[in-house]
This record gives sequence, structure tokens and C-alpha cells, in this order.
Amino acid sequence: MNVNATFIGQMVVFAILLWFFWKFVVPPLAQANTDRQKKIAEGLAAAERGQKDLDDAKSRADAVVREARERANQILGDASRRSNEMIDGAKQTAGAEGDRLLANARAEATNETARARDSLRREVGVLAVAGAARLLEREVDAKAHAQLLDKLAEEIARG
Amino acid sequence: MASAGAEHGTTPTDYIVHHLTHLKVGEGFWTWHIDTLLMSTALAVLVGWVFWAAARRATSGVPGKFVGFIELAYEFVDGQVADIYHGDRRFMVALALSLFTWIIAMNTMDLLPLDLPGGVATLFGAQFWRVLPTADLNGTIAMAFVVLLLIIVAAIRAKGLGGYAHEWISAPFGNHPLLWIPNAALNLVELLSKPVSLAMRLFGNMYAGELLFMLIALLGFTVAGATFGSALGFFGQVMMGTAWAIFHILIVVLQAYIFMVLPIVYIAMAEEHH
Repeated sequence: MNVNATFIGQMVVFAILLWFFWKFVVPPLAQANTDRQKKIAEGLAAAERGQKDLDDAKSRADAVVREARERANQILGDASRRSNEMIDGAKQTAGAEGDRLLANARAEATNETARARDSLRREVGVLAVAGAARLLEREVDAKAHAQLLDKLAEEIARG
Repeated sequence: MASAGAEHGTTPTDYIVHHLTHLKVGEGFWTWHIDTLLMSTALAVLVGWVFWAAARRATSGVPGKFVGFIELAYEFVDGQVADIYHGDRRFMVALALSLFTWIIAMNTMDLLPLDLPGGVATLFGAQFWRVLPTADLNGTIAMAFVVLLLIIVAAIRAKGLGGYAHEWISAPFGNHPLLWIPNAALNLVELLSKPVSLAMRLFGNMYAGELLFMLIALLGFTVAGATFGSALGFFGQVMMGTAWAIFHILIVVLQAYIFMVLPIVYIAMAEEHH
């Protein structure tokens, strides 16, 4: 157990081993370690980015759905308003048409009455003349008695 | 550790002395422990090759089991170094990783059956073979001395030669001509205590562990016949050898861990300004 030249030999062996580890063992291991750390960091960052993208897409989809729902509600409201309007319009039109038809019918009836009264008056006049002629047993000179006849006819018409 | 090779010696003392003798060549200081040198070199080549094989296959993708295990070891050491040493730590990680893995590999040799390496060495004509390079003070002091050199280099790199020299004579008591010598003496002790404690701690632990395996092996040393005593001795050797081996796994890794962390602490301290 005395120290001798073996000491020198052992120092050389250890120095060579140390140099070998320094030059050929540690650099590739350190490189692999660093690369792996970078890779893992990138993977984590990518996962985070993906999560963020997903959240963004979710919120965008929510916004789209909300907007669509609003549009649908608006369309429904519009439609019901339009239908009410149409119904109201139709009611008004129908009422006006009914009034117009009623007025037409009334006017027609008035016209008919007037026309019937005219023709009746004329017929009554003729009948009266004919009755008078028969009564007088002679022809009534229409021209001669026109004034009389008209007066008569007027009376009939009035009465 | 299982069988006591009675053929190596006739008495327990012979057995232990035989197991504590290095295979060596040379005289005086220029003695070379062939077993320590060969074992540590072979294990350095093995550790270097295993890590190199994994490192050249390491990518940022999913690693296989082998590469994953090596990366696990690397990340453990890297994390330990990162906690202690702030700055560019590539060299520090290489230092810590090579110390940690090499010392574990060398310490693990202690778990081999006690007489197996010697028996194999005998086949190649070697009379002695101590398998544990970390139970040889030369092995641990060599590593600690490299660490000492690195501490000095780190300090000079961080503070400059003048700054480091100034620190030698002015810290910790203050810059006064009367205090230069006490400062320098204290700094010398402080500096040298680091590698000496590193080397002694590892050497002591492994030497004691190895010795305990030998003592446990002696329990079965007297197995000579089917007597109650020899049966008890054999049983004791198996039980205690197993228990000590399991406990020793902890020591193997713990001592390697200590020898990995302390040099990093020392170098980080050396780069700090007082």
C-alpha cells in the first residue's frame, strides 16, 4: 500500500478517460438532451396553441349560433307582423269591397225603381188615355189634349 | 468470497497476506502494480466504450433501453453538477461522469468471489492478483491528484495567476506582511486536505470492505471435515458474506457518488472569489 509509480500510471489512465468522456461522451448526450428539451417545449407550445385555436373556434361558433338564432327570431317576428298586416289589409279590402258592392246594389236598386216607375208612369199614361178614350168613345186627340194628359200623368207620377 | 482457497497459504495469516499482495514489477518507487493498472485500464476501456456506444446513438427521439439507461445516468450526474456548479459545466459533467462510472466499475470488483480473480490469474502464471484498484492507494491518490490539478487550474482560470497568488498570501487572515506566511501555510493545508481526504476516504472504505470479505472467508477456511464446527463456520461465511455483499453494494455506489460530488464542490469553491 505504499505509493509508487503505479500512481503515475493511474493518473494517465484517468486523464485519458476524462478526456475521452469530455470529447466523445458528454457532447452527444448533452446535445440529445437539449434537443429533446426543445422538442418537448415545442410540443407543449403546439398543444397550447391547439387548445387556444379550439377555444377560439368554439367562441366563434357560439357567436355564429347566437347570430343565427337572433336572425331566426327576427324573421319570425317579421313574418308574424307581415301576416298580421296582410290579414288586416285583406279585412280592410274585403270591407271596402263589401261596401262598394252594397253601394252598387243600392244604386242599381234605386235605378231599377226609377226605371220601373218611369215605365209604369208611361204605361199608366197610355192606359189612362186609352181608358179616357173608351170613356169618351172617341179618340182623344193627343195633341189637342197633350196639356191635359201631361198634367194627368204628372199627377199619377206624383200620386 | 465464497470459497477460501486453502491452497494459497497454510494459515489464515498467509491467506490474508497473500490476498493483500500486489502483482508487481520494478523496485523502490519505480514499482508498478500490474494488477491495479490492468484492472483499472480494462474497466476504463469498458466504461468508456459503453458510454461511447450509447452516446453515439443518443437522439432527441425515444431512446431504447440501453441508451435510456445511459441517459438516465448522464441526467443524474448532470443534475448533480448543475446544482453545485454554475456556468459552462460540460467539462465538469465529463469529470463527474467519468469519476462516478469508473469508480463504480472498480468498486464493483469487490463483489466478485474473493478467490476467483486470483484463481484466474494463477492460470496465466500470476502469483498474486488484487482485483480492486480502489483498494490500492495509488489508484485513489492518482484520481485525487488529477482533481487537485484541476482545482488549481480552475482557480487560476477564474482569478488569474496574480489573483490566485494574492489569495494564497492574503486569505483568510488578511493582507499584511506578517500574515503572509500563516495564510500560505493554512492555504497549503486546505488545498492538500482535499485530495488527501478524497483519496483516503475511498481507499479506506474499499480496503476495509475487501478486508472484511477476507475475514468472513476465513470462517470457512477451516472447513476440513464434517464436524459441527466446520459446518457452523461454512454457514457463517455464507450468511455474513451475503449480508456484507448486499450492504457493500451501498458502499460501492455511495463512495463513487462522494468522489463524484466533492471534486465538483472543490472546483466550484476554487472559482469563487474570497
